[in-house]
Amino acid sequence: MSTLLRHLPVLPIVLPLVSGALLLFLPQGRTVLRSSVALLSTIAQVAIAAYLLYRLIVPQPGLLEHGVEVYVLGGWVAPYGIVLVVDRLSALMLALNAAIALPVHVYSLAHWDRVGVHYHSMLQFLLMGLNGAFLTGDLFNLFVFFEILLSASYGLLLHGSNAVRVKAGLHYVAVNLAGSLIFLIGVALIYGVAGTLNMADLGVQWAAMAPEHRSLFEAGVGILGIAFLIKAGIWPLNFWLPKTYTAASPPVAAMFAIMTKVGVYALLRMGSLLAIPEAPAPFAGPWLFYGTVATMWFGIVGMLAARQLTRLVSFSVIVSSGTLLAVIALGVTSATAPVLLYLIASVPAGTAFFLIAGMTERLRVNSVTEENMAPQPTTYTAFMAGEPHEVGDNEYDEVGVAIPAALAFLGMAFVSCTILTTGLPPLVGFMAKFSMISALLGAAMDQSSLDAWLLIVSLLAAGFAGLIALTKRGMRSFWSTGRTTPRLRFIEAVPVAFLILLCVTMTIAAGPVMNYLDSAAEWLHEPNAYIHAVLPTREVSP
Amino acid sequence: MELIYSLAVGIFCACGVWLLLRPRTFQVILGLALLSYATNLFIFAMGRLTLDRPPLIDPNVVPDASMFDDPIPQALVLTAIVIGFATTALFLVMLIASRGFTGTDHVDGVEKDE
Repeated sequence: MSTLLRHLPVLPIVLPLVSGALLLFLPQGRTVLRSSVALLSTIAQVAIAAYLLYRLIVPQPGLLEHGVEVYVLGGWVAPYGIVLVVDRLSALMLALNAAIALPVHVYSLAHWDRVGVHYHSMLQFLLMGLNGAFLTGDLFNLFVFFEILLSASYGLLLHGSNAVRVKAGLHYVAVNLAGSLIFLIGVALIYGVAGTLNMADLGVQWAAMAPEHRSLFEAGVGILGIAFLIKAGIWPLNFWLPKTYTAASPPVAAMFAIMTKVGVYALLRMGSLLAIPEAPAPFAGPWLFYGTVATMWFGIVGMLAARQLTRLVSFSVIVSSGTLLAVIALGVTSATAPVLLYLIASVPAGTAFFLIAGMTERLRVNSVTEENMAPQPTTYTAFMAGEPHEVGDNEYDEVGVAIPAALAFLGMAFVSCTILTTGLPPLVGFMAKFSMISALLGAAMDQSSLDAWLLIVSLLAAGFAGLIALTKRGMRSFWSTGRTTPRLRFIEAVPVAFLILLCVTMTIAAGPVMNYLDSAAEWLHEPNAYIHAVLPTREVSP
Repeated sequence: MELIYSLAVGIFCACGVWLLLRPRTFQVILGLALLSYATNLFIFAMGRLTLDRPPLIDPNVVPDASMFDDPIPQALVLTAIVIGFATTALFLVMLIASRGFTGTDHVDGVEKDE
């Protein structure tokens, strides 16, 4: 194995760290240079993630030969050192992250990267935190990456700061700081009982734990689970979410669409490793199930009530988080692969929707000239950077090559995203929902469980409510009389088209995609393989 | 020692939660600071409270686990302090920005009786 290849698993963390830090030192005025460095870094992350996926699909000797690669940071072996683990799930999440980061990045080049300072650095740090959270195999390291991505998200949320954003940001930061403290308390309790924070080792310890220690450990895991559920936006821990996502600038909100899925990923990962003999409360079972079904209904009501497109999409993000965790909580093994398909279908759709929302805002001429929506020149002076002259009085003051048939493009994109989000045929959203319901129906018939029926009803209701709300919203935006034809730049339209084409590709290549997801699901239900890869001498007996 | 220690953690935590639920931004930030003290002390306690046991191995003494303290919780606390400090500083900036934008120090940006 060549040296560079051996270090490939750590590159998704190191690369954005280095490029983000480098961007801090490049002068603010050099827009082209800064954008190129940042864009190169994002493209490289796409390439790395794609290569890791390729090696998983087409196994070759060397890297990822057995479907898992453990990168030992600093040469300290687990469980004493920190490990990064690339397996089918984390590679999938890395690829998903990169696949939405690139369009968001390109979209922001049109205008948004210049309404505040250090946008590119913060975006890179956010990517670093996300990639790290997907890769790490250590609980405390997961905390550190959560903090990195949250710190970057605080900065990004305030990007182009105005009164609305600062107010929403205040709540967002307060909730997340409290959430981080809860995370730490959970980690401390787990360490106090198990004496380790390595996730694989925790799986081993949990399976063999003495009964008198189990309750304390479960309490620790329960507290930790609450921290994850805050991130995932599960009712009643999600009241911060719609306000925050609505206040953020469009590319930032688009990037935030994956942030709730980090919480889902963490729950899925820990739940899988602690599944033997039985996963503790927040990772499976009735608590998680009823909480997430309530989340779905909360999102449904929110979608129907929302008057703004961004707010509506925020609620659809809540619904998708709820759906993912509800199906996971029900513990139907055959539904895991469809859930992963739903995950990779709903995230690009949400991202594209936020980007479209940024463009349709311009349809309503009067609504965006409010005084408090103008970017604040104080940000520039605070960072001792000259205010770039491109920024006008109005955030939406756009000069660009208008693409032909802008309205037709926006309308088509809107319809495609609606189809994806609500799970209508023919796109991948339908296949995801259909396969989930089919797996659930199987479970409902076999075990005659009411929970499965409840979930099926909720799933259908979520799709129906989304359809009503989005159709209503779309008619208001595109068929109302008081609108203007927006000027769209190619650089804004291409990312949206890319995201939708990505979903179309997933629809066409559904067979190979499902094969991959099936193997990922199988891997998740077999925690021993993960544990064995990290700790070659240990194993968990059921 | 255990009693005093746990009382300290509990009092910090109670004060922190109460302040966190107050409507003024400054109270919220103090509440978060107190809560983070409580959390840090709690992490430290999870490494077991011991006296006269260094977390470092003395090369002149034959290594014996019972003579040394667990260094991991101390490292965790250190990391948590640094991260907590940074995020609190960031929150402070937002607090001042919010005061500048809205002219009030209420967390919602508006006074309730207005």
